Parts: sequence; C-alpha cells; structure tokens
Amino acid sequence: MRPLLTMSTILGMAAWTCGMAAMTAPQRDESTRSFEPIAAVLSSPRCANCHFAGDVPVIGEHGRFHAMVVRRGKDGRGTPAMRCTNCHQVESLPVPHAPPGAPDWRLPPAATPMAWKGLTIGEQCRMLKDPSRNGNKSPQDLLEHVRHDPLVRAGWSPGPGRALPPMSHDAFVAAVKTWVDLGTACPE
Amino acid sequence: MAAITLTVNGTRHVVDTDAATPLLWVLRESLGLTGTKFGCGIAQCGACTVILDGDAVRSCVTPLARAAGKSVTTIEGLSPTATHPVQQAWLAEQVPQCGFCQSGQIMSAVVLLRAIPRPTDTDIDEAMAGNICRCGTYLRIRRAVHVAARLMTGEHR
Repeated sequence: MRPLLTMSTILGMAAWTCGMAAMTAPQRDESTRSFEPIAAVLSSPRCANCHFAGDVPVIGEHGRFHAMVVRRGKDGRGTPAMRCTNCHQVESLPVPHAPPGAPDWRLPPAATPMAWKGLTIGEQCRMLKDPSRNGNKSPQDLLEHVRHDPLVRAGWSPGPGRALPPMSHDAFVAAVKTWVDLGTACPE
Repeated sequence: MAAITLTVNGTRHVVDTDAATPLLWVLRESLGLTGTKFGCGIAQCGACTVILDGDAVRSCVTPLARAAGKSVTTIEGLSPTATHPVQQAWLAEQVPQCGFCQSGQIMSAVVLLRAIPRPTDTDIDEAMAGNICRCGTYLRIRRAVHVAARLMTGEHR
C-alpha cells in the first residue's frame, strides 16, 4: 500500500513550514501576489472542466455537463462501456467539436478531485498545496506536475474552437516555479 | 504511410495506410466490413462503436495507430450466424427500427455485459448513453440487454 505521506513530501512540507515562518511581511506579500496568475489559469475551462466537484464532468467554455451521462468511475477513467478513452485519444483531433485528447485521458481520482470551482483564490491556493487533498504532492511535486503531466499540457492543445488558458504553458510553469520559490504563501 | 498489423475478428491483417487514418475507414474501405457505420465523425453518436482490446471505442476518431498490434471486434465478428446472445436478444425484442445505430448499440451492450453480467436499468442507461438512436428505441434496447444478460448467465425468460 502506498504511504499516505512520502518522505519527500514530509521534508518538503517541513521546509515549506519553516520557510513560511521565516518570511517577512514583504516576502509574504510577494509570495501571495505570485499566486494570482496561477489562479487565473486554474479558472480556465481547460483546467476547471476536469477539476470539478461531483461525479459528472463538465465541458465547453461555460461548464455545461458532459453529454452522454459520462461519469468519473472508481479510477477516474469512466464506467464500463463508457471509458474516457472510448472517445478521447492520445492527442486532440484537428476537428471542431471532436473530443480533446492526451495520453491516458482521465479525471482526477474521486478521493482527490481538486475541485476548485467556486472557491476563493485563497481557498484554491490552500487546496493546491494541501497534500491530503492534492494527491500527496509537495510544492516541488506540483511544479513537476504542471511542467510535465500530459493532461496539464493538453490544456494548451485542446483542439479547434476551445479557448486557451490566459498565458502560455511556459509562462504558467514559470509562475508556479516563482510561487514555489517564494514559499507558496496564500491569499486570505 | 506505414504497414500496420492488427487483428480484426480473429484474422490478422497488415494495412499499408497512414497511421492517422480513422480505424473506421480501414474497417469499411480497406477490409470491407461495412457493418460498422459512420454517423457523426466526432465521437458523439456511437454508431461506429467497435471493441478494441475489450473497450467500446468510437472507430471514427480512433487512429489506426492505436489499433496496431491489438484485437478489434466488429459486428461481423460477434457471430457469423447472428447467434451471439446479444444479437439473439436484439432479434427477440425486435429492437431495430431503421437499424443504422444498432451495430454500435450491440457492441456497447457486449462490453457492458462483460463488465456487469446482470446490469440494472441504471447500469444499462449509463453504459448505453453514448449510443444515440434517432428512432428512439431506447426502451427496447434496455429490455434486450436484460434478455441478453439472462441468456448469457443461463437464466431463460
């Protein structure tokens, strides 16, 4: 069985806690402000559509329920005969209204859906760095997640007719790195 | 162009076609298996559903490359004499009206029954929701899936 907290996470969180305690008020303000561009990306439909509360994903630019009664399923990959990859391929298709794609297309696990829609920016921030809610990720793990995870990167190649997040993927990774380097402080 | 090997209905084929070609075109145009239908072309209707290594994929958006080295089952491969329990159930309940969507419906039903041998109405509705029927045969589809389940589990009506 996978341990709830890995040693790297424990060490990461300890370093983060010590760093937070050592922050001056200006440093804390700078760290807090550095989360704002990240929140703008999180609110993009390309991210929020999969990080939803409940069992039925949403699609499109305005968060309407996924057609076909698609459900998350136990592993985040759908239900029998309605697996995500029945339709979603390893890359987005160059055809309007066709399903977007990425390798192993799936939703976050039901236990850690990271559903940030409707949360304040501060609540989003605290959820993002909470290992009990983020899949046991340290701040460095989060940085690697946004940098390399094909499903994150797919947000920037969603297929025709879908809006891109408000900054490039490279800029987003840089923003997350800045926030991590500055101690991952959160807005109130 | 690339030579891609796949097994369709138990027969191994080598197809010399662009790897991005939709599996549906290969089945229909290269292999002559026209039982699988083209409906929407964007994975919204389910008419093109085939079974790829156990999953009910939409062949209109599935690139040939994904099927390389894998096993595909089409409606023609279920039973050469239409005696598969799901086909029998479909006949018994006289499910099809125009029939265009029915090969996809049957393939999805087969995958459902492999995963859930005795599905509830809810299981059926959820599993079959990706297969659209403009004739509205949904209630007969649901009944037929129950009949097929009984046939496959040895319980007769």
